[in-house]
Amino acid sequence: MALLQISEPGQSRNPHERRIAIGIDLGTTNSLVASMKNALPEVLHSDSGQRILPSIIRYLPGGRTQAGYEALAHAVEDPQNTVISVKRLMGRGLQDIKNLQNLPYEFIDSPGMLKIQTVAGPKSPVEVSAEILARLRQIAEDSFDDEIEGAVITVPAYFDDAQRQATKDAAELAGIKVLRLLNEPTAAALAYGLDNASEGIYAIYDLGGGTFDISILRLSKGVFEVLSTGGDSALGGDDFDHLLMQAVIEHAGITNLSAEDRRAVLLKCKSAKETLSSHPVVLIEHTFDSAIAVQYSISQTEFDHLTKPLILRTIQAVKKALKDAAIDQDEVQGVVMVGGSTRNPAVQLAVKNLFQKEPLNDLNPDEVVALGAARQADLLVGNKNKNDEWLLLDVIPLSLGVEMMGGLVEKIIPRNTPIPVAKAQDFTTFKDGQSAMAIHVVQGERELAPDCRSLARFELRNIPPMVAGAARIRVTYQVDADGLLSVSAKEQISGVEASIHVKPSYGLADGDIARMLTEGFQSAAEDMKLRAIREEQVEAQRLLEAVVNSIAQDGDLLSAEERLDIESKIRSLEELKEHSNDSEAIHTAITALSDATEEFAANRMNANIRRALTGKNLSEI
Amino acid sequence: MNLSESNPRNAFKDYFDFFQLPRQFKIDRTKLDQAYLKIQQEVHPDRHAQGSDAQKRQSLQLATFANTAHQTLKQAIPRGFYLCELAGLDAQLETNTAMPRAFLMQQMEWREAMDEARNQLESLNLLQDEVNEALKELTDQVAVQIDQEQNLEKALESLRACLFLERFLEEIDHRISALI
Repeated sequence: MALLQISEPGQSRNPHERRIAIGIDLGTTNSLVASMKNALPEVLHSDSGQRILPSIIRYLPGGRTQAGYEALAHAVEDPQNTVISVKRLMGRGLQDIKNLQNLPYEFIDSPGMLKIQTVAGPKSPVEVSAEILARLRQIAEDSFDDEIEGAVITVPAYFDDAQRQATKDAAELAGIKVLRLLNEPTAAALAYGLDNASEGIYAIYDLGGGTFDISILRLSKGVFEVLSTGGDSALGGDDFDHLLMQAVIEHAGITNLSAEDRRAVLLKCKSAKETLSSHPVVLIEHTFDSAIAVQYSISQTEFDHLTKPLILRTIQAVKKALKDAAIDQDEVQGVVMVGGSTRNPAVQLAVKNLFQKEPLNDLNPDEVVALGAARQADLLVGNKNKNDEWLLLDVIPLSLGVEMMGGLVEKIIPRNTPIPVAKAQDFTTFKDGQSAMAIHVVQGERELAPDCRSLARFELRNIPPMVAGAARIRVTYQVDADGLLSVSAKEQISGVEASIHVKPSYGLADGDIARMLTEGFQSAAEDMKLRAIREEQVEAQRLLEAVVNSIAQDGDLLSAEERLDIESKIRSLEELKEHSNDSEAIHTAITALSDATEEFAANRMNANIRRALTGKNLSEI
Repeated sequence: MNLSESNPRNAFKDYFDFFQLPRQFKIDRTKLDQAYLKIQQEVHPDRHAQGSDAQKRQSLQLATFANTAHQTLKQAIPRGFYLCELAGLDAQLETNTAMPRAFLMQQMEWREAMDEARNQLESLNLLQDEVNEALKELTDQVAVQIDQEQNLEKALESLRACLFLERFLEEIDHRISALI
């Protein structure tokens, strides 16, 4: 353990000290954590030297858990308590899950998100993911022997709002501060583009264990602009395994499989699939509980035939994404292959045929996403590296809409709109004297609400009595840079308002998170209190540095009066930060200083915009 | 369409002023895109991740505003409606659906053609080309009506017709996608 450094009171932190930030690829099959070391991103390894943590958690009686390879070793003997590919269950109800019959778990259908019954009690996919994230955090903390400031966590670009929210909840539960949710193909583009100084249009084809993403990006002078994204959040290597498993079971002529058999055959099919990437034929052998033995031999050609529909689905999604981006195949400079499933030769061939060029396989397809996330994390905590003037501009993958009379969906924000974005639309009442309006927020491309994903329902109440059609209800959708949605509604004439952070039908309520935090991951209340004070102190320090810096740069934008006000608030915050044990008091002083600088912040940014557009160093092409 | 609704700032007269471009229909797309990227470099939330909450709020608002402004100006039809709105005209999209008779006749002909084409990809592609051509002519008219004749009432009528064609093109597109 390194000794903690204490600076003299009033002296600011060493400006050259680097803050530790990590990038996490929370994958369906494998998870990785990476960080910047000597200006290059690097995958961190565990004490035992493993760079990859299989995304597997085993629950033991009493609540202890095993993770990764340790859990994998028991996957066959203890299938009900050993959860694999939990990412496919994130933000999902029981009715959403395909291949349910192939999964060995005992499911509990709870409102919103399903749960898995384990020896340690019912576990939601968010809790299982939090266990994986906690291990990754541990790997990083051991690697630096220090605390982690925050993490960028990657999600499939095609994840909907519920899946994103569930991922963020899992990180919070694991005690990780989420700097940003980053789309996996965008992370890969960042890692690839910065390594190769690429310019032009690139496609990122990302076929992982459970999800498929295609993103079309324009790389230009350090700006990574996503033009369109598409995919399928329930299509990945797992589906190839399930098809093969189905074929083996049919060949064996067995109908009732035990959970152990099911898990064993699935794992054998997975490894057979991997063998087929480099061998013409593979033999799958298994002896079932019932003592019946099966031998199933399959060639690469037969396997390709079996899985052709899956690959076709990815190619359709690629065509759609190209069309959405208004880009022709031949305008694409390169196709970057990401995800373990792109090792499949049939996948390589299909992509090559579509684009009429060799796909780019020069980066490790398992690591590239984590490496990109590490770069983004480093930038977001304020570490400055050479050539760091890059910027990511991403889009929302699926249209956001509202349900209208008759179940039709009115799209408010169409898919592939750049984020952050806000859009408003006006609606009116249907009946005379109608005093409330139900707002049902949905996501997806289908025309009927029941065919889309339901994200949230809320009500605007106390609308004053008016004739039908007279009220003017403005519904505003705001999507932030993480791709997360909040919705508000306001009756324009009376000013009645309602709003919701879409933490919907199935994200966890904030109360749930607090309960789980106290139950599991954190211990005593005293720890919580100390942690709260420390967090506020760090936040105060961050704010003080930011404000002092901005006054030094643009202090001339402040009136004498504003300046006095801000300076007095700086002093009281500094005082509290050094001497107070009351996290609430520090928090109040932080808010006071932050609010006092709001107009200053706005004026600075506006001045910077004008400066950027008129400055003498303006470089025209 | 409440395109100006998300405008959180009074610091800029309009989207054109924001990007420092002349307020007119004809637009220099390269300049627009360059200005957009320069502004995002300044205001994007990733650039202010270490700032105060106030700074983060401003950054979110301005980045949102930049996206809305860019999306509005880069596409001809929203840009046209926006110019009419700046001139104080109400687009009346919900209430005013009156269209010239000749235009409606043409629409009916095209719809019949689409129904006759059924699942023939080639006929649908031909129809798509024809409607695209008509849409281009119509937007050229809008350019003349706004930039040269300054007849915004007339431009608004053309823009409403553009919307009709755009929706029709979407329908053709749906059919074509279903066939590919």
